[in-house]
Amino acid sequence: MINKTVKNAELAINGIQDGMTLMLGGFGLCGIPENCIDELVKAGIKGLTCISNNAGVDDFGLGLLLKNHQIKKMISSYVGENEEFERQLLSGELEVDLIPQGTLAERLRAGGAGIPAFFTPAGYGTEIQQGKEVREFNGKMYLLESWLKADYAIVKAWKGDALGNLIYRETARNFNPMMAMAGKITIAEVEELVPVGSLDPDQIHTPGIFIQRIFQGVNYEKRIEQKTVRKRV
Amino acid sequence: MLDKNGIAKRIAKEIKDGYYVNLGIGIPTLVANYIPEHINVILQSENGLLGMGPFPYEDEVDADLINAGKQTITTLPGSSFFDSAMSFAMIRGEHVDLTILGAMEVSEEGDIANWKIPGKLIKGMGGAMDLVASAKHIIVAMQHVNKSGESKLLPKCDLPLTGVKCVKKIVTELAVIDITPDGFKLIERAPGVSVEHIIASTKGRLIVDGDIPEMQLD
Repeated sequence: MINKTVKNAELAINGIQDGMTLMLGGFGLCGIPENCIDELVKAGIKGLTCISNNAGVDDFGLGLLLKNHQIKKMISSYVGENEEFERQLLSGELEVDLIPQGTLAERLRAGGAGIPAFFTPAGYGTEIQQGKEVREFNGKMYLLESWLKADYAIVKAWKGDALGNLIYRETARNFNPMMAMAGKITIAEVEELVPVGSLDPDQIHTPGIFIQRIFQGVNYEKRIEQKTVRKRV
Repeated sequence: MLDKNGIAKRIAKEIKDGYYVNLGIGIPTLVANYIPEHINVILQSENGLLGMGPFPYEDEVDADLINAGKQTITTLPGSSFFDSAMSFAMIRGEHVDLTILGAMEVSEEGDIANWKIPGKLIKGMGGAMDLVASAKHIIVAMQHVNKSGESKLLPKCDLPLTGVKCVKKIVTELAVIDITPDGFKLIERAPGVSVEHIIASTKGRLIVDGDIPEMQLD
């Protein structure tokens, strides 16, 4: 039987080299591939272009790669929670390409779905429009946006099996499913690796065809960015 | 004059039964506190949730369950989770009935600027450009004037735009204003605020037609 399981994060990131383009799942710190990020820090791979909705915080998530000066360019929709990011951007060490969040999600989906470009209304009439083809459909204006692809996509799921079938949990799904489709090689880290056949086929979010390597992660911190609670009355 | 909660309270009156609503960060988030009990709405959070509930109790906090402002939240019965591409399909496909968001400036044509101040750090637009490009109905919640006392309701926006000709209604601490083909139109004034005060605080063209009623908040 096909078995895409690797033992740990160190083996999972094998082949990632300086200057490559990576996609990393997550929204804020929710649903990020913590184990692989730690391993990329240890491996010291540099000059990376990272496609991720956010850039982590100073001491967690992609912030760890930033602090270590391993990222050359970020492609994101919102990067406001990270002081080190600010510093590197202002000093010119870091390039950034900001993309409307829905356009980012659809460019990833398009990359995995074999659709080289599509029209979207987001950003029409703004500076995002610069250099892009504009076309009218039914009286409304749209911008042509192109697909995104990556050398490696790294995603985080809740449960997975040796065939690479994945189930995400709650809002930790976010960008992970589209990135899983858009990587030349996609690495999935899961909280729980379960036997093939134990996941209900009706409940699988990412079918295993999109995944090349999978492993069960360890020591998930799952840090909360904004803990908000209400009091019992 | 209204405080932030007053603005939220007034906007809540615009929400109709059965609406799917996306609330932005800041004053828009407060709107959820003032939706009357007999009005059933479903809140969409663009990071992948329909049916967002209130903040959790301490023992319910779940790191996998956050809103677009990265705050811990809860779900309500009948809620659903989905990925970011599907989330923005709901938004772009005009399935979300109402978007409420903040702004730095709005023009008399309904242009909105709320993501970038040149010379200051650029944090990114997040989902704002997708939301304003596609929502069927957009209400802006904001202060009428900025910290230097300058009007935020302008003939043309000075700041980089988030979207063009998209805002339909603005609720500020002073007034409710609609965007019409002829410019801003004063609809209601906040309790104790004079029409003259609103005119003086509005830089864009403001239509004042007849007697302007005071807002009814309760």
